Amino acid sequence: MLARAVTHALVGLEPRRVEVEAHLERGIPGFAIVGLADRACQEAKHRVRSGVSSALLEWPLDRRITVNLAPAGLRKEGSSFDLAIALAVLAASRQVPAERLAEHAAIGELALDGRIRPVRGAFAVAEGARALGLELILCAPESAAEAELAGVQAVPVRHLGEAVAYLRGELQPAPFEPPAETAEPEPPDLADVRGQERARRALELAAAGAHNLLLAGPPGTGKTMLGRRLPGILPLLAPAEALEVTRIHSVAGLLAPERPLVLRAPFRAPHHSSSTAAIVGGGPGPRPGEASLAHRGVLLLDELPEFQRPALEALRQPLEDGMIAIARASGQALFPARFQLVATMNLCPCAGRGDPAADCSCSPQRLAAFRDKLSRALLDRFDLVVTMPRPRAVELAAGPAEASLPVRARVADARARLRREAPLRTKAADELLTRAVERLPLSGRGRARVARVARTAAALAESDTVESEHVAEALAYRSPKELAA
Amino acid sequence: MSRELVLASFAAATESHLITEPRSVRFARFKASFDATAELRRLSARGYRFVARSDGAFPPLLGAIHDPPPGLFLRGAGAEALLSRQAVAIVGARACSPYGRQVARRLGRELAAAGLVVVSGLARGVDGEAHRGALEAGGLTVAVLGCGIDRDYPAAHRQLAREISDAGLIVSEYAPGVEPAPWRFPARNRIVAGLCAATLVVEARERSGALITADLALEEGREVFAVPGEITSALSVGSNALLRLGATPCTGAADVLESYGIVPAEERLPELGDRASAVLERVCEAAATADELARATELGAGELAAVLTELELAGAVTVEEGIVRASR
Repeated sequence: MLARAVTHALVGLEPRRVEVEAHLERGIPGFAIVGLADRACQEAKHRVRSGVSSALLEWPLDRRITVNLAPAGLRKEGSSFDLAIALAVLAASRQVPAERLAEHAAIGELALDGRIRPVRGAFAVAEGARALGLELILCAPESAAEAELAGVQAVPVRHLGEAVAYLRGELQPAPFEPPAETAEPEPPDLADVRGQERARRALELAAAGAHNLLLAGPPGTGKTMLGRRLPGILPLLAPAEALEVTRIHSVAGLLAPERPLVLRAPFRAPHHSSSTAAIVGGGPGPRPGEASLAHRGVLLLDELPEFQRPALEALRQPLEDGMIAIARASGQALFPARFQLVATMNLCPCAGRGDPAADCSCSPQRLAAFRDKLSRALLDRFDLVVTMPRPRAVELAAGPAEASLPVRARVADARARLRREAPLRTKAADELLTRAVERLPLSGRGRARVARVARTAAALAESDTVESEHVAEALAYRSPKELAA
Repeated sequence: MSRELVLASFAAATESHLITEPRSVRFARFKASFDATAELRRLSARGYRFVARSDGAFPPLLGAIHDPPPGLFLRGAGAEALLSRQAVAIVGARACSPYGRQVARRLGRELAAAGLVVVSGLARGVDGEAHRGALEAGGLTVAVLGCGIDRDYPAAHRQLAREISDAGLIVSEYAPGVEPAPWRFPARNRIVAGLCAATLVVEARERSGALITADLALEEGREVFAVPGEITSALSVGSNALLRLGATPCTGAADVLESYGIVPAEERLPELGDRASAVLERVCEAAATADELARATELGAGELAAVLTELELAGAVTVEEGIVRASR
């Protein structure tokens, strides 16, 4: 007896159709799974067998069972094939109608008591199902919201018994109900930051123009605090962007069931001990890294020079083309990674530099080694660099500053203006830029960067042209010589 | 001349520091086998010159100290006579503060612009900034090395050394091939102080090479200036102690120029807008952060950033580690 079920394996973000074939024959009883299944996938045997017994269904004890995951050349990993394997075996033993099963995709992990657990990547799998022309997907109730987002009708089933009853037509599970709108917790507010007007201004420019921002200065001046407040002044994601981000977060298993669609620009702040693979993505079946999880949002690297240099250099590619390509012998996975980089750093290893209350005790060698960690090429990719001095007591004692909400409105206006029509430089502004390139150490990339920031400043000022004062302001945020060796 | 060259070459070969001929068999043998003409030819082939103590071109001020070197090795485009011109030594801490860096550069620029030769030790920090300041003014500057004349030490200042030698001089009492060693730097300092009628200490810790230079200058009866520093900063302890002992406070280039009898020329500021003038006035009162300036002048953070760039391009202010300082 032969039966089939359809599910999907993920290669990077891409769903690949996997046909689960179950074959029963007379012979020495046994259960084998073939088709490049990894360890977690092989263990499906035990979960499926226990799950079937717990659901009070019959396990074909006297048969030799072979399950093939086709195409056999594609490596399969994880536990998301459990449900499809169980249903294929049950169809082969004629406990569920095979033709009904063929109209459904199935995804889920089985518990030993037959319950169905959610797995990561339901959104991407559902998209794959839709591409195949399947309109129904059997999945755990927690995954239903994700599946519906992809335009497929979810059949939420809590238990293998329920799935079988549904396929036999004995039970109509409660249709999927979109979760009640629960608002995401508000990101921290800018009103908490006292003083630091220059850095706040740079943050606003960064938000309006999606510029990369580097905040330098002695500890305790609010660098990290400010960086964490960037998401709060970014506009919500456009519908197409939201789906892109949702796909990545689904594959990483980060989606909350009550908020399947990511609406707010994501914010990721990996620790500086993170490996290169954790940041740009990797692993045997490549998974998205922090850089991809921050796609269309903010990647905050706190204490930039403490990161491993290879990890930082690996970020240069996505910073340039917004994409990470991870090649494996079995093929290439592409992860979008168009994020906005915000980084913080001290001015020297002992952190005393730039602080009038402390003395820097770093030797020139130690300082040089510290600065060597950041390549020119990486520093060059920060459009805005701000050195934050220690605020005076009067600033800290002052009342709350401007809140995030009005800033967010200005940012949204400026973004709309930049999308409509990019303002052009006036003659005076052009001359200033040329003069600056002659007098200041400014590379070709540096010049282009200043021009971009000036455009954002003009848009924030609601000006149709880039005036020389906008160029002058942009020049003030160029990377100072004291940061690089 | 050849006697001094023998001595300098012998000192280099034996890794010792000699100012008079030793009475040893070893030296006698070395002297007998030494070919001064060939050595001079080798030096000039590499672009080096040698001025012996007995030479007419040897700087008289340096010849007057109690332990003058047997001679000086020279490289660079400057003439030997450069060493005999009116010169001022600017010395200070290697790990100096942004304030020290800024003051050293400014004084180097202003003193060189007034026609003095700025002498220093090519070290990191104050020394390097003093040289750079003099170069900015298009003035002449002399770097005294504590190692062989063929070395650029520290290596990070190779480019600076090249710029100095374009018009000025790099000098050393050590023959090519002598490695830098800690004990050679105090010896180098006596040449820095010896070449100049006045020594200016910008920033010095409690025990610092700059203080050795100042002591040497005092011993030879030269003028010593010190730039007053914050009493809370460890980097100013040495220079403030000098002031307490009677060094002349240096509150600007004019103080130093006065002792040379030079009247400084008025410096002219480029045309500035109203906002820029208001900001510059504030900065001239005291160094400040951008945020403090914005509050004081009631400019927005963005406007102030634009004004600061204008002032920076005009050369009126410098911004380092988030602090804005006047550069004149």
